[in-house]
Amino acid sequence: MAQIEVQNLHKSFKTGKVLNGVSLDAETGQIVVIFGPSGTGKTVLLRLIAGVEEPDAGTIMLQGRDMTEAAPEARGVGMAFQNFALFPHMSAYDNIASALTAGPMTAMQIKAKVDKVAALLKITHVMQHAPRELSNGQKQRTALARALVSDPRILLLDDPLRNVDAKLRYEMRLELPSLLKASGSTVLYVTQDYKEAMALGDKIAVLLDGAFVQIATPAEVYRKPASLGVAQLFGDPALNMVPAAPVLRNGAPVFELGGATLAMPVSYAGAAGRDCVIGIRPEALVVEEQPGPGSFPVEVVAVTPLNEKSVLLLRTMDGRELLASEPGDEVASRRHGPACARFDADSILVFDAASGLRIASQLN
Amino acid sequence: MEHTSTLERLIRGVLIALVLLFFLFPIFWIFLMSFQTNEDILRIPPSVLFTPTISNYQALITGKLVTVAGTLDIAFMKNLWNSVLLSTVSVGLALILGVPAAYAFARFKFPLSEDIAFTLLSFRFAPPLLVLLPLSLYYEQIGLTDTYVGLIWVYQLIALPLILWIVRGYFEDISPDIESAYRIAGHSWWRTFTRIAVPLAGPGIAASGLLAFIFCWNNFVFALILASADKQPVTVGSLAFVTASGIQYGQIAAAIVLSITPTLAIALWAQRYLVEGLSLGAVKG
Repeated sequence: MAQIEVQNLHKSFKTGKVLNGVSLDAETGQIVVIFGPSGTGKTVLLRLIAGVEEPDAGTIMLQGRDMTEAAPEARGVGMAFQNFALFPHMSAYDNIASALTAGPMTAMQIKAKVDKVAALLKITHVMQHAPRELSNGQKQRTALARALVSDPRILLLDDPLRNVDAKLRYEMRLELPSLLKASGSTVLYVTQDYKEAMALGDKIAVLLDGAFVQIATPAEVYRKPASLGVAQLFGDPALNMVPAAPVLRNGAPVFELGGATLAMPVSYAGAAGRDCVIGIRPEALVVEEQPGPGSFPVEVVAVTPLNEKSVLLLRTMDGRELLASEPGDEVASRRHGPACARFDADSILVFDAASGLRIASQLN
Repeated sequence: MEHTSTLERLIRGVLIALVLLFFLFPIFWIFLMSFQTNEDILRIPPSVLFTPTISNYQALITGKLVTVAGTLDIAFMKNLWNSVLLSTVSVGLALILGVPAAYAFARFKFPLSEDIAFTLLSFRFAPPLLVLLPLSLYYEQIGLTDTYVGLIWVYQLIALPLILWIVRGYFEDISPDIESAYRIAGHSWWRTFTRIAVPLAGPGIAASGLLAFIFCWNNFVFALILASADKQPVTVGSLAFVTASGIQYGQIAAAIVLSITPTLAIALWAQRYLVEGLSLGAVKG
């Protein structure tokens, strides 16, 4: 059964339209990541589902019941806010317990539940501290504990790792999936970090300009992005984009790049004669000293060693700049100057230049 | 700022002493006057050496003012009690009305909300004398002249806008997410208001309540026109010391000491909240 079923939600503020016909559903126990750049309405969508904002149009079904007009306290959801939203005048313990005090539990039962979730999140030692005495990481864990403690069937997490430092974010990214799976809740997780989205999501819903442009598994979003906009959001460094007009030569599609004519997989024959944008992932570009089949001449302009990988800035003969990413940084220093680059033709993404939509390879 | 030269410290000390002297000397002098007879007070040149007397306080507390012309009955203790009653009830009522109203203005945007809020503030702009004449005529007609209810009602003109506007700023400073989080945790609107919004705006409510109390306590014209002797507060009651046989400076001084004591005590007790309250909104990130 779909735990969350959102249909055709619209929401405008004085500043303009934020959500423009958004539909989404999530099955029991699923983690759905709502991903998109800032200002696309991710938080607004969560707030609508939580009931702290009212939609202009559309319906919100939670656990099979229409909750579009219900008060926030009647919806039975748990939510963690990006800015933590802890109650500054209560201890960490009381903050967490606040999610239970409205219910029928006795103080003893509440204490048992709070202690359990605090132990799970490793914050037992700060339970009597006020929020201002907590580090950002502890605040974030307290906020998560408050959302989790009542075992909500539906958990809304609004970019909970946004305001914590990089090391902690990395740790939490590893811890969160098992924690969330163990809770058995259906999770909507908002983030604008694509790595977080890939690491946590059973599926990713990409929100751009107030509408979902793709809802799919992480692998699918990465390998078969619905549009150029989606492809640009996933990957670091970002996708290389090469405007091109493929033509058929001997029945096979080819395109021009940096003075070389490069072959495309035959399955893209349909793209011939259209204005396209060819997307090449930086990690698919291989830079070599010697020319080889399918390679084109480039100049290595700059090298950024990043320990686990090096990012190379390449310039093609026609002045186009491309980024290449390769594992390791040992060879990086001697790479400046002329070189050759090639890529696996099967790895390219082809988009229609006008609409931005991906042109599917006819084989898949 | 760790290293300050001796000269700097000296100058700072002198300046602080001057400021303290400027503000505290009148109070100190009145305190001395309250233990002097009229003859001591009017002596030229004045002197700090005198035989202290408690006759001024005695006259105020027993209500018998002994002058050369005879004995007068004065209602000072009654006036003091009136001041306490009027100020406390007025501020209490203004808090009950003003705090929820301030919350509404801070949180909900409804038609004309800004206009209504501004109109309420504008009551503070109008000189009291402007409204006094029509007000006293109306009060006459509806029977509110010389009643506590009538005075408390008109004191709302002083207390309500003050509380409304100060507390509104505090509510606006509370992140709406904090209240949303409490709602989502399963609590009703009313519980969220009483358990989250009001405690977090607490310093502002305390500060505005104290300011309103002081303004009410110091009010003079409303009570002078709209009430008679047995309902009047100390500010008006002190006029009784201007008698046919002369001005009773000693009793006036004693009356001042007695009448500033409650506000001074509250101010000292609430100083912490007041300073915190008045600056919190400004420095919070």
